[in-house]
Amino acid sequence: MLTGRAFKFGDNISTDHIIPGRFAHLRSNLPELAKHVMEDADLSFAAKVKLGDFIVAGSNFGLGSSREHAPLVIKMAGVSAVLAKSVARIFFRNSINLGLPVLLCDTDNINDGDNLEVDLESGTIRDITNGSQLTFAKIPDIMLRILDEGGLLPYIQKHGGFKS
Amino acid sequence: MGKTLAEKILSVKSGSEAKSGAIVVAKVDLAFVQDTTGSLTVRQFQAAGFKHVANHIKAALFLDHAAPSSNRELSNDHILLRSFAQQTDSFISDVGDGICHQVVAESLAKPGDLIVGADSHTVTAGGLGAFACGMGSTDIAVVLSLGETWFRVPESIKVVVTGNFPPGVYAKDLALHLIGQIGANGATYKALEFSGDTISNMSIPQRLTVANMAVEAGAKVGLFPADETTRDYLLTQGRSDHYQPLFPDDDATYEQIINISAAKLEPTVAKPHTVDNITLARELKGTKIQQVFIGTCTNGRLEDLAVVAKILKGKKRHPQTRVVVAPASRKVVLAAVNAGYIQTLLEAGAIILPPGCGACLGLHQGVLGNGESCLSTANRNFKGRMGNSEAFIYLASPATAAATAIRGEITDPREVI
Repeated sequence: MLTGRAFKFGDNISTDHIIPGRFAHLRSNLPELAKHVMEDADLSFAAKVKLGDFIVAGSNFGLGSSREHAPLVIKMAGVSAVLAKSVARIFFRNSINLGLPVLLCDTDNINDGDNLEVDLESGTIRDITNGSQLTFAKIPDIMLRILDEGGLLPYIQKHGGFKS
Repeated sequence: MGKTLAEKILSVKSGSEAKSGAIVVAKVDLAFVQDTTGSLTVRQFQAAGFKHVANHIKAALFLDHAAPSSNRELSNDHILLRSFAQQTDSFISDVGDGICHQVVAESLAKPGDLIVGADSHTVTAGGLGAFACGMGSTDIAVVLSLGETWFRVPESIKVVVTGNFPPGVYAKDLALHLIGQIGANGATYKALEFSGDTISNMSIPQRLTVANMAVEAGAKVGLFPADETTRDYLLTQGRSDHYQPLFPDDDATYEQIINISAAKLEPTVAKPHTVDNITLARELKGTKIQQVFIGTCTNGRLEDLAVVAKILKGKKRHPQTRVVVAPASRKVVLAAVNAGYIQTLLEAGAIILPPGCGACLGLHQGVLGNGESCLSTANRNFKGRMGNSEAFIYLASPATAAATAIRGEITDPREVI
């Protein structure tokens, strides 16, 4: 069970919002890079976010660049899962590869600051603040197996490849 | 049942019947990284204990995003990538050689190839009939070692374009129009497959422009058939042996068919801050522009510079508008010098940058000031994209960019040609 607060964002939050290209020189210095997480969407996010919190977004979250540093800094910030109506495909794949759950669901009824409980096993999200409950779409099998191992590298180290 | 281009290529590369919706494991022909994604790939490759690049795969590293490097951190990343290329005997394209997607098109991509790159605009090679898609650094690290990865075979949207472009209208206008029509997530997880007589008559540089923008509609790939135009292009690149014809089957299944009449298109512009925020250039008359940027993997090719040079010949840039030009590769620069385009651009008041991506992603060279507006031939206008979240980016064709450079405000190129 994952628990934390919701940080609410709108539609079309790009990887440039999440970690702008102007910080490309910090990509080999991840602790410094992570200080700028979500900077162009919410300048105060890095200071406010706590271990276990959730990013809750509208549609097409993570569009744009293939930079894996986007889900990486989100994970480093302590975010336990990204909830969105839809996500861009490279961001989706990158997040799972890093062991960061991305859950597709109707996020309209979740408000900024709500306390959430997410049950990855049963596929349910409970908004404790407003009492509502919703379900998220099933993660494709191959991605679930990668997520279960904690990411792509642990998956490959255990299984040796994709045939299983 | 017939196959789409995506299904055909993934069937061959996976050795299975790859129908849309299926998950397949497929052999990759070319895997590449660039200098802002590659250091993470190298570190993940090493962290996993991988030693060698798979035998059958072509591995390539491109130093293009900071070219030449703007600071010591990126210079150190360059050292890491050069060293990895040497250790693994991989292809390296060093600073000044060009933008990865342009060099891939010129020198590496073949019709029917399966290509993955740690850069979202890897889709560009779809213009040559390659199934080319962007992935993250860790995915590429694994591909380099295993030589294969998993794919969900995408459903395809067929985009049928017919008729001739009117004067002043180009492939970029088509791409922007399409994204405006279907939205920035209108093709998420899907393949865009292009056909119709307009597509058959399009040059490879124009096809690369449209394929490049496929990801801006969320698409996994933007695929063009490989035809005689493809063959002629490969021949001019000294790669005639890389040609094979490639067409979808007549009875292939498409999720959706979109028809576009090229004759009805007009010079089109994406307004800040999303690529699907589309309007016509003429609707933006009076919008002051402080910087025009011409270049990138979308529109930094010789054909693009030819269009710009023709419009700027004997003219001067507007005194309040900087004009920054970054040709897409060393080959493009050389050809543009020989054709006289570079001289024309310099005489018109333009700044010529080395081939690279720096200005487009706000890394260096051409970073915007607070409140400034840029009209760019690139593919993205996200908030903060060109290095400043207080700036505004409009996307358009090279012709619209050239017309805007003269007038200092967004200008329909039909007013100046």
